[in-house]
Amino acid sequence: MRMSGAKMVIESLHKEGVEVVFGYPGGAIMNVYDEIYKQNYFEHILNRHEQACVIAAEGYARSTGKTGVAIVTSGPGFTNAITGIADAYMDSIPIVIISGQVPTTIIGTDGFQEIDAVGISRPCTKHNYLVNKIEDLPRIIKEAFHLASTGRPGPVHVDIPKDITAQIGDFIYPSEVNMPTYKPTMNYNKKQLKRAMEAISNAKKPLLYVGGGAILSNCGYEIRDLAKKLNIPAVETLMARGVMGDENPLFFGMLGMHGEYSANMAAHETDLLISLGARFDDRVTGRLDEFASKAKVIHIDIDPTSIAKLVVADYPIVGDLRLTVQAMIEDIENHEINDFSNWVELLKEYREKEPLRYIDTDDLIKPQWPIERVGKILGDNAIISTDVGQHQMWTAQFFPFSHPRQWITSGGLGTMGFGLPAALGAARAFKGTNKVVVNFTGDGSILMNIQELMTCSEYELPVINIVLNNNYLGMVRQWQTMFYENRLAETDLTAQPKFKMLAEAFNCLGYTVSTKKEFDEAFKDAVEKRKPAMIEVIVARNEEVLPMVPNGHSLNEMTLLKGDK
Amino acid sequence: MSNFNSYYNSETIRQVISVVVLNEHNVLSRIVGLFSARGYNIDSLTVAPMEDSPYSRMTIVTTGDKRVIDQIVKQLNKLIPVLKVNEHKNVIEKDTVLMKFSIDNNLADIDVIARAYHGAIQNVTHDSIIVSATDSSDRIINFIKVMEKFNPLEVVRSGIVAMER
Repeated sequence: MRMSGAKMVIESLHKEGVEVVFGYPGGAIMNVYDEIYKQNYFEHILNRHEQACVIAAEGYARSTGKTGVAIVTSGPGFTNAITGIADAYMDSIPIVIISGQVPTTIIGTDGFQEIDAVGISRPCTKHNYLVNKIEDLPRIIKEAFHLASTGRPGPVHVDIPKDITAQIGDFIYPSEVNMPTYKPTMNYNKKQLKRAMEAISNAKKPLLYVGGGAILSNCGYEIRDLAKKLNIPAVETLMARGVMGDENPLFFGMLGMHGEYSANMAAHETDLLISLGARFDDRVTGRLDEFASKAKVIHIDIDPTSIAKLVVADYPIVGDLRLTVQAMIEDIENHEINDFSNWVELLKEYREKEPLRYIDTDDLIKPQWPIERVGKILGDNAIISTDVGQHQMWTAQFFPFSHPRQWITSGGLGTMGFGLPAALGAARAFKGTNKVVVNFTGDGSILMNIQELMTCSEYELPVINIVLNNNYLGMVRQWQTMFYENRLAETDLTAQPKFKMLAEAFNCLGYTVSTKKEFDEAFKDAVEKRKPAMIEVIVARNEEVLPMVPNGHSLNEMTLLKGDK
Repeated sequence: MSNFNSYYNSETIRQVISVVVLNEHNVLSRIVGLFSARGYNIDSLTVAPMEDSPYSRMTIVTTGDKRVIDQIVKQLNKLIPVLKVNEHKNVIEKDTVLMKFSIDNNLADIDVIARAYHGAIQNVTHDSIIVSATDSSDRIINFIKVMEKFNPLEVVRSGIVAMER
């Protein structure tokens, strides 16, 4: 069928089963927007900033596992989108970003709103394309969706010049992808798997070190199964929260810089570290040469470059985590596995001795309290997103996660401003269900993408934003206190907007609370009214995220709860 | 976990890598961008289309310890337009140099030395001559050193092409 390039974009998205796109129009992408106006295949959500378009697409992808889509224009539209794209790249989130470009005749002349978009996105995308010919357009979009969602997922960027979207051509959408240079290794090597299983049988203190790959490959429940069948304890990275389920008796917490004592000690003492889709990030390992220093390493990852990038893998396995874990479960009966009960008991003792805790008060809300409270009220009905900072770590520590994809956070890049647009993407994905999307944020982070409250209210996406307000850029302030002799350079945020009025100005519900009772009332009201809301919670100003492993120290050198030992 | 540095021999090695890539725009910058973004060295890079195919071959000479070389090979393999990466062990390498000299030099001497390095005088004008030589990389370095006494006006090297024996 003959049609314009712009129409081809719409038809291609339809063929890929896209149900929602997040976007922002502009000069170079107007032909595509004209076709968006005419179609009724998918919903278009107009964010109020291109960065938020991409992060909303991420929130949609992270909460569902489907590929998210964002459409932006050339030049400043595209450069605004870059932070979101880099965020998706660092956490391996499948999204496709379509950007407008100036006409091919203008490219290279510093034309109005021209920027070398593929040049800018190259280091932070899995792959990118500049469409030079209209006949390539359907194939490129097909490839983009394929690349984004297979192998190690990631963002794929397609830049389309305006004259290409205006041209008329034959629309032939390929039924399959033919890329001889792209063949991700899905199937594990059987010999490697056998050696790894033998190592497990011979281990005395094995430990499952579960990373974000467990969520990306949708194998959370298989990993729980594996842990149970082998009676092996497990710890999670920040990105893997929810995989094991916090109630699981074999789960010993999040590890790393702000990890639990039991988790970090488990990593310190294990003799066989079984890495499942984790990448040995420096926020997890602490001093690398002392991380799991007594252990051999089984390292399972779909991305060969992750293996032996930072640590020696004694038993490397390249392959899809889900297929590999399934094969491990099936192979258990062929091995005589040691009894690891003593090891599990030891970790239980650690956990009882040094549980995660904070000193609660009644006169002042401690920032951890609303997080626990929301966990108690909503349980597994909640989808939780966060911004970046102290509140993010407290949420990872204190929210009782029960299942994969319940937790949405910016791990690798640490993008302030992530929480609200990500939450609205998730809220769109679960619109009409009983899921409640809550964004825990800080008084610093929320102002970075506050304009998305408008998107929430326009599209009736009932995100509940809980602003834990300590009048500080809390995490930086914590480091200044601990490592810079309390010189609080530019982290005091005493000058602040009236958050309640700000919320109301965007046609959202607004609350300011400073007691537990007020919080309960406000939260109940927001949940019942099913409207986007912002609850400003005045919290204790100087609370710190503990425990903490100071930068450059090993995981067993933790600062535990202050004044309570 | 054994110490990472002792596991890999940390001695710096020189490695010739050939990369077969899809012959499309942007691919060179992807390769170069990979090296610059991750702090790897490129000592030499040559690229040309392959006969009767949609692919090009790049020959890259790099240096680093074994761990770095392993990562370079893996990262190259990860790039979408890369078909194949060869980590060469036993190769014939050739490097070409073009050198321009003033015509006032002793041309017979220049000619004799050039021949010793599989070279020859390529062009003569009324004020300069151009000599080329094609040989292994270290011999070309030597050749350039020897020829310095003739005060070369210009020196251009091709970078290395290599083929497994």
